[in-house]
Parts: sequence; C-alpha cells; structure tokens
Amino acid sequence: MSQDQIASKKVLFKAFRFNADKDILPYYEEYKLIVTQEDVVLDVLNKIKWEHSGSFSYRRSCRHGICGSCAIKVNGKAVLACKERMFDLIETFGTELILDPLNKSRAIKDLIIDKKDFWDKYSSVQPFLIANVDKNPAKENIISQKVADKLLEADYCIQCGACYYSCPAVEVNPEYLGPAALAKAYRFNGDVRDEAKLDRLDTVNEMGSGIWNCVKCFECTQVCPKEVNPMDKITQLHLQTFAEGVADNNVATRHAVGFKHSIEKHGLLDESGLVFYSEGIFGMPQHIPEAINMLKNGKIPMPWSLPKSKNLAEIKKLVKISSTAKF
Amino acid sequence: MAKKLKYALYTGCTARESTPELLQSTLAVAEKLGIELEMLDEASCCGASHLQDFDDHLSLVLNTRNLCYAEKKDLPMVTLCNTCQLNSSMTKHRIDENKELRERVNNDLRQVGLEYKGVSDVKHFLYAIVEDFGLDNLKNKIIKPLKNFNIAPFYGCHNIRPSEIQGHNNGHENPYVPNSLDRLIEVCGGKSVDYDEKNKCCGFHVDLQSPETANKLSGNALLGATDANADFMVTPCPLCHLNLDVKQHKIGETMGREINMPVLHMPQIVGLALGIPAEKLGLNHHVVKAVYFE
Repeated sequence: MSQDQIASKKVLFKAFRFNADKDILPYYEEYKLIVTQEDVVLDVLNKIKWEHSGSFSYRRSCRHGICGSCAIKVNGKAVLACKERMFDLIETFGTELILDPLNKSRAIKDLIIDKKDFWDKYSSVQPFLIANVDKNPAKENIISQKVADKLLEADYCIQCGACYYSCPAVEVNPEYLGPAALAKAYRFNGDVRDEAKLDRLDTVNEMGSGIWNCVKCFECTQVCPKEVNPMDKITQLHLQTFAEGVADNNVATRHAVGFKHSIEKHGLLDESGLVFYSEGIFGMPQHIPEAINMLKNGKIPMPWSLPKSKNLAEIKKLVKISSTAKF
Repeated sequence: MAKKLKYALYTGCTARESTPELLQSTLAVAEKLGIELEMLDEASCCGASHLQDFDDHLSLVLNTRNLCYAEKKDLPMVTLCNTCQLNSSMTKHRIDENKELRERVNNDLRQVGLEYKGVSDVKHFLYAIVEDFGLDNLKNKIIKPLKNFNIAPFYGCHNIRPSEIQGHNNGHENPYVPNSLDRLIEVCGGKSVDYDEKNKCCGFHVDLQSPETANKLSGNALLGATDANADFMVTPCPLCHLNLDVKQHKIGETMGREINMPVLHMPQIVGLALGIPAEKLGLNHHVVKAVYFE
C-alpha cells in the first residue's frame, strides 16, 4: 500500500510535562500531529520526541507488548502505548487527546513515574514459584495442559501497571495491594507445583490491604492490555480462602457467607439480617443513624412483610444439593 | 414501534426492600410507556458478587435458575440493578461458552425439574428504554420536560464493565465514555452534566469492611457532581443509590464538606418527564429529598 492510501487524521495532543529536578508544577504542552491509521500511541510519543521536543520522556523498550514499560494514560484511560491503536482512541475520545503518566503524583519526568509502590506490593506476595525442586532431575517435570489451564492465564501479566494505576480502591486506600499483585498471587497459588499457597493466602487476607478491599468495579479487567482479568483472579483467591478453610471469621467473610443463609431462608436477601449477621451485635451501633433514616423513609420492611421468593422449597433444595463451600 | 415490548422482570432484592421507590417508579414508567413486565416472583437473590466469593457453583446454579424462569415465560429478562445485571449476564456468558460447565449446572437444576437452554437475553431496564423502546419514541411522549435542570448521570460499574460481557446488552456502551444516561437525560429535557466520576465506582461492595474507601469513592462522585453544578444526580443502580443517598451525611463527614445532593433513580426522571406525579414515583422514600418535585 502506498503512503497516500493510508487514512490519516489531524490530532491535537496535550502532553503532560514535568521535570522533578526543575519544575514545581507540571504543565501541558500542545502538539498538532498527523496520525495515520497504522499508528499506535508509541509512534506518537516517538514523533513528539524525535520531531518536536527532544526532552520529552517516557519509558519504552520492546515495542511488542511484552516488556510492560510503556503504559501511560490517554484521556484517563490506561493504555499500553505500543499496543493501543491511535484510530481506536480517536474513535473513543475524538481528536483532542491528553497524554498523562499513569499516576500524575508519582511523575518523575513527563510520562515516567516512580513505580516503587507498585513493585513493593508486587514483591509482598512472593511473586515466584516456591517449591522443592530437584536440581538434577532425571527427566523433565511436565505439567499437563489441564493443570496449566488452572492458571487462567494469570501468567500473561507483564507488570505494566495499567490496572494498578486505574484501580479506584488503590487511589483512596494506599494500603490496598491492588489488582496486579493479587493477580500475581493467584498466578502462583493456582500453580500445582507451588508450596506457599497458604502463606500467600495469609498475606492477601490481611484486612485493609488484601482481597476484601477490592471494590469489584472491573476497571482492572477492562483496562488490562493482556486480558489477564485480574478481578477474576481476586475472586479465585476469595474462593481459595474458603476452600482451604483459612478464612478468618470477620465482617467481610461473614458478609459473603451471609448471602447463602439469606437465600436459603428467603430466596431473596434479608438486607437487615445480612448486615446483622455480618457485623455481629457489636458492629451494629455504627449503622444506627442510617437505619433510623431508612426506617423513617420506608426503606426497611417489617419482619412480617419481608419479601420471599415463590417456590422457596425449590431454592432450599438447590442450596442443599449445589453447595460446594464450607465456613 | 411495531411490537409491544415485553420482559420478565427480575426485581432483585434491593428494589423490594431498601429502595422500594425503584420498583414503584419502574412499574409506573413501564405502564405509561406500554412496556409489559411480568414479575419473576420465583427468582432468588443474584448473590451480589459476594456469594460468588464463597461458593462459585452455588451462585451459578441460582443465577441460572433465575434465567430458566425467564425462559419458561419465553421472555428476555430485564434487571433493575447493575449488580443483578452483572451476575445474571456473567452467569449466562459462562455457561453459554462452556458446555461442560452448563452440563454441571443443569445436572443440579434437573433435580428440581428445570433445565437451562440459553434462549433468554438479559438487559438492564435502562437499555430496554434506550435501546429497545428507543429515545425517539420516548421523546414523543415527554410532556413535562426537566427543563433548566442540570442532571449528573452516575452510571455504576456493573452495567458498563466488563464490556466483553455487557457489550451486547448495553448497545456496546464504551465504559470510558458512556453516553446512554446522558442521552436519556437530554431526551427528558434536562441538561446532562459532565464530571470525572460519572463512570467511576461508588464503593458499595466494601461498605461494611472498608467504609472509608466506600465513603471516599461515593464522596468523590457526590462532590464531582456538586462542583459541576448539578441540581441532582441520576443512577440506574439501586446499590449506588443506597451509598449516594442513604449514606450522604456520613460521606460528607468523611470528605469534610457538607453535601446536599438529591439522587434519583433512572426511572424516576423518565417518570417525571412523562408527567407521572412524584408520589407515584416514590420520591418521598429518599433520604436527601429532591425538593424541586415536592
């Protein structure tokens, strides 16, 4: 195809500029560029650097979606620069695009950020295989496809940080390990050869920082350029926690289990009953002001008018025969 | 519109308990628009993404059972809650994709005389109105437009993410730039307000174990809407509504700012624009009153 057959568009880029050594405040610099149908975001970053501003800085290495270094945000959406097609972004956001680092408050120079928080959390889940491996095996230790499938492609993660720096829970709770580290924990907890499963479950069950602090918004799943689906891996860790019988008895675990009891009893949820079961008697006082407001506004049904599903006997029977977890 | 729209209504739990105004306004709007809703009284709770953390198989079986009842009526299922929508459509997606899994689920269901076939679709009532009924048709029926109101849409996560699962139920809404609710607001005569948090999370699912996270996320949304000069917010999700409305005072304390932002359910704004009286839309049930409509 000759050059003139390739579709192109004029785009106004506003690039985040900041040099921690010299600047107090960041600013945006504008670049008007022609973008072709074949360009990915990295091509644009290169064009800015090579043709307009040599000091413009960003991380890049493999150019093949595997090193994980070039993730940035475009109009708030985290993208892997070498993979994301410019025309797709234009279709979504139009022809004025804002190029930001993954996290503005961690910027060192332009789009380059300090990923220390990411790596610290990543390291905390023992992100490696822990096994007594025979150093001189007589034959290969072959894992069957079926067993390898249990990793659910968690091993595809390239540590780009797109999910972590898009996670709203991380944003408001800096203690939270976040989707990348948790998906990595599952990468090894789902591996038959690994022997540190319980150790990792202990880490990820920590209240305040672990799996129970995931807000279930699916932003990580949406944003992951490698389709790791971190949210699913967090769910797998929840399930593993119960399956291994190591779930602590706390408000979060009781909340998960409480749904089963409520469904078995009513089909539908007994909302107040669930809060009571989860919180226990001593956890209830904090909910009193809201409960009063709810009562006043007809938001709490009386025990005798609590809705129940029709064919409740059928639900009870299914809960009996289909239950697979214990607490 | 050639054919009368008809759905099996999966109310979920919240619309029957802590947000009765959602069910009330849904039924009023459906009646006014001539959309027929058959109640799925047999349905159970979807597990709200929490049972899913405890017992995956049980939650699959229960959600599939709900789908079976929609199939029995030979109707698509319509949901009122984003999280019901997520769990119903995620269940459907998983068992439609994986024959072995479907067989395992059906094995249990057969013991109570049910079998999932995979014929009924699942969509949220927002998209039944926007996609199926059609905004042009709705426009013709607006008699009391919400003129001069700045309205902040709050989409809620589980209707728009993950798009791989929700895409075909929500008119392929882009989760980064959703617009269905904005368009609905405009058709109802209001001005849709743009603010950063409109497609963000309210934090409802960690409300018990991590109220500070939930309060901050909801707080960011409430303040985002406030600072964008919204007169009120509107959401299609009753769980978001519970956080944004019932907890608003406490959220204000967390955020260190007084907040006074009425939050309406999606069918309530449609109902108001259709001329349905506020009492019939259950506006009196809100903790933060939308005084404009009293």
